[in-house]
Amino acid sequence: MRNNTEKTIQILVTIASGVFLLILPRFIGGYFLNLITMIFFFTYLGTAWNILGGYAGQFSFGHAAFFGMGAFTSTLLQIHLGVNPWIGMFLGGIVGLLLGLFIGSLTFRYGLRGPYFALAMLAVAEMLRLLAVEWMAVEYPLGITIPLKGDSLFYFQFTKKMPYYYIMFAMMVISLYLTRFIENRRIGSYFKAIRENENAADAIGVNVFKYKLIAMGISAFLTAAGGTFYAQYYLTIEEESSFGTSVSIEVLLGPIIGGAGTVFGPMVGAAILEILSEGTRNFLGGYSGVHLMVYGAILVVVIIFLPNGILGGLQTAFRKLSKA
Amino acid sequence: MSLPGLPLLLQSIVSGILMGGVYSLIAIGLTLIFGVMRIINFAHGSFMMLGMFTTYWLFILLGIHPYLSLLISIPVLFVFGLFVERFLIAQVLNAPEYNQLLLTLGISLFIENFALFLWSPNFRTLDIGYLKKAATVGTVMISFPKVIAFLFAILLTGLLYYFLKNTDLGKAIRASSEEKEGALTVGINLKRIYYVAFGIGTACVGAAGTLTATFFYVNPHVGGIFVITAFVVVVLGGMGNIIGALVGGIIIGLAESVGAAFLPGQLKQFIIYFIFILVLLFKPEGLFGRSREE
Amino acid sequence: MALLEVKGLTKTFGGLTAVNDLSFELKKGEILGIIGPNGAGKTTLFNLITGFYHPSAGTVFFKGEKITGLRPYQICKQGLARTFQIAQPFANLTVLENVKIGAYSRIPSNKEATQEALRILETVGLHEKRNDLASALPVGHRKSLELAKALATRPEVILLDEVVAGLNSKEVDGMIVHINKIQKQGITILLIEHVMKAIMSLSNRIVVIHYGRKIAEGLPEEVSKDTKVIEAYLGEEYILAKNRRT
Repeated sequence: MRNNTEKTIQILVTIASGVFLLILPRFIGGYFLNLITMIFFFTYLGTAWNILGGYAGQFSFGHAAFFGMGAFTSTLLQIHLGVNPWIGMFLGGIVGLLLGLFIGSLTFRYGLRGPYFALAMLAVAEMLRLLAVEWMAVEYPLGITIPLKGDSLFYFQFTKKMPYYYIMFAMMVISLYLTRFIENRRIGSYFKAIRENENAADAIGVNVFKYKLIAMGISAFLTAAGGTFYAQYYLTIEEESSFGTSVSIEVLLGPIIGGAGTVFGPMVGAAILEILSEGTRNFLGGYSGVHLMVYGAILVVVIIFLPNGILGGLQTAFRKLSKA
Repeated sequence: MSLPGLPLLLQSIVSGILMGGVYSLIAIGLTLIFGVMRIINFAHGSFMMLGMFTTYWLFILLGIHPYLSLLISIPVLFVFGLFVERFLIAQVLNAPEYNQLLLTLGISLFIENFALFLWSPNFRTLDIGYLKKAATVGTVMISFPKVIAFLFAILLTGLLYYFLKNTDLGKAIRASSEEKEGALTVGINLKRIYYVAFGIGTACVGAAGTLTATFFYVNPHVGGIFVITAFVVVVLGGMGNIIGALVGGIIIGLAESVGAAFLPGQLKQFIIYFIFILVLLFKPEGLFGRSREE
Repeated sequence: MALLEVKGLTKTFGGLTAVNDLSFELKKGEILGIIGPNGAGKTTLFNLITGFYHPSAGTVFFKGEKITGLRPYQICKQGLARTFQIAQPFANLTVLENVKIGAYSRIPSNKEATQEALRILETVGLHEKRNDLASALPVGHRKSLELAKALATRPEVILLDEVVAGLNSKEVDGMIVHINKIQKQGITILLIEHVMKAIMSLSNRIVVIHYGRKIAEGLPEEVSKDTKVIEAYLGEEYILAKNRRT
């Protein structure tokens, strides 16, 4: 039967790519290790965003709020209370989750939708950034640094890039699997119903408020955990790279370009954007942020010609072909 | 939090009102565009930045006085806005709301960072002697360029209001924003209305850029700083409402300035965001707008 | 016992009173038709019953329990479903997924919800189109999909809002057959309709609404002879329907 061969092929391809990515680090140098780790990283963050944005249809322009809270929570707990960064990652996730539930219960309760929701999230992220700026101005004018502990899985710190690669690979796989899991169950269908038509969803038995909060909570938790990874990767955090608007924007660009509401859209998007960003850096050099110019152009082109992203466009094309 | 004395408070109020006028000027174009096309133009700030740089380069390279450069920056930004609407925005007018927002985001990313690429992140200022003058009334310093900007904002609001109320084109624009179907039935060329309206909106913010350049630094990222404030003003005043933009701008200018007198450092911006969220949650139609359906 | 009871229901929007002190009962197993000139407040009535609007005054009782103030999804879970006048499909989802979401309100499992959805699609004749996107459906099929979604929630009462509007004559006949089948399954139906052929042949009883008030109630033949009703309608539609039946 067609379904079974499709499924077997899917599983084989997934396993093959998984194995490939697992043995890859043995053959590539630090530069590519970093690049691919960053692709995994943005896939992970994009996937987290995608659960709220692509599936539940609530586009947040301020996910940096959760990212920054995660980074700051785990880092500050580590520095001031000696909390282990892995535990800190979990706690940071919880903080993100609570923040998300708080914001969600206000915005969803008062019916903030669409662009208004997006901008409200942006405002929240900015408010947190300003608070961070003020708070850090005296004690941590150059950012908060995590004391070096050498190579240590326990302390979530490594002198080489490879361990980070594997950790982020694992996080990415977990997030992708979670998305798949959601997609195949009632919760995923409910998210999609909310995205497509809230009133129709309400009429047909969907507790719209509750499910929006669930989507927000999952998304916020995962994003915050990503913040901890970032802190442990660079061993220093400051308010612009944690709470800044460019973080919020880069997080959502992957899913939008790759295909919001699909499992692998964020991955496709992240790969394209990271490679482009490296390319721009090498050819145009110059000031930080210039790769955003290319991102902007791609975003414009995608929105006009492929509004459902690359994978979305492929799905539509596939649909048309199987009709013909 | 230290309590400010009376002189500081007075100064804050005056500066706040003046700056508020500038915010109004920036917001007027944004609210017009929203009123007509229901588009939230994220790229608005980057257009303002282009206006600022136009004035800057005209002064540095050709020695043209900033106020004179209005004669150039306004038409240039108008035409630029026309093209952006005609070739880019028009493609997503019937798409879901998010797509419009994302498109304008993409445009703003491109323009801002292209400017960064061309002109570097250096902060530039227009170094013109008498522009730095300020009059002193009692204990209050009134900055000359800000007063001009404020007066121009009032003037422009008035002109725009008159234009929309009394001219044929203005009436067509209003008709198109209130009743799309009806406008089509009476033969109004909606496509043309849209790019003219967008052009006007962009021209307004271009003028705002020129005037702001007389007292604020010029830099590719400057747009991003003002665009959020512009959004707050528009939402506060009621989306699509010109008078609302004027009043809203002054309120925000005051809130920011008086807030700065009470709060440390960067937190004056915090107030603006806070007001934004309050308005979005509790009075999304703004002070003067119509309430949302449902 | 009245399955659905509307008591003194009133809704004002600003200066306009859309529904004015409306009261009626829906008996178990019947098909009650609601008719009235355009703008009479019929859809507002549905929105009030299903929780999309809060009444300015009055209450709605379902199975003896007060449901005014409940959210639409809660009312749906109690067993009261509705269709929308302008069909509201989940546009970018398939027909099957659309109906599954309705089924999920009673069945948490993916596999079982799929089976239930497929079964319902068979009964409304959309099984062939199950993998099509809802946005690709023509009007007639959209209405059927709307009905299927509501049926998937296993309602005891279903509110149909102009479910034959926009359909051609053959499609109208088909829909009438479906609705009769639904009644035979034991589902009680409240029906808003303008197409006289449909409402006169389907309804056991009729309530007539004009400017938000009930102006007549009774059997279809009684109501169609009521002078107040004829006045409200200017008679044209009624005469056409009468001629078609004799």
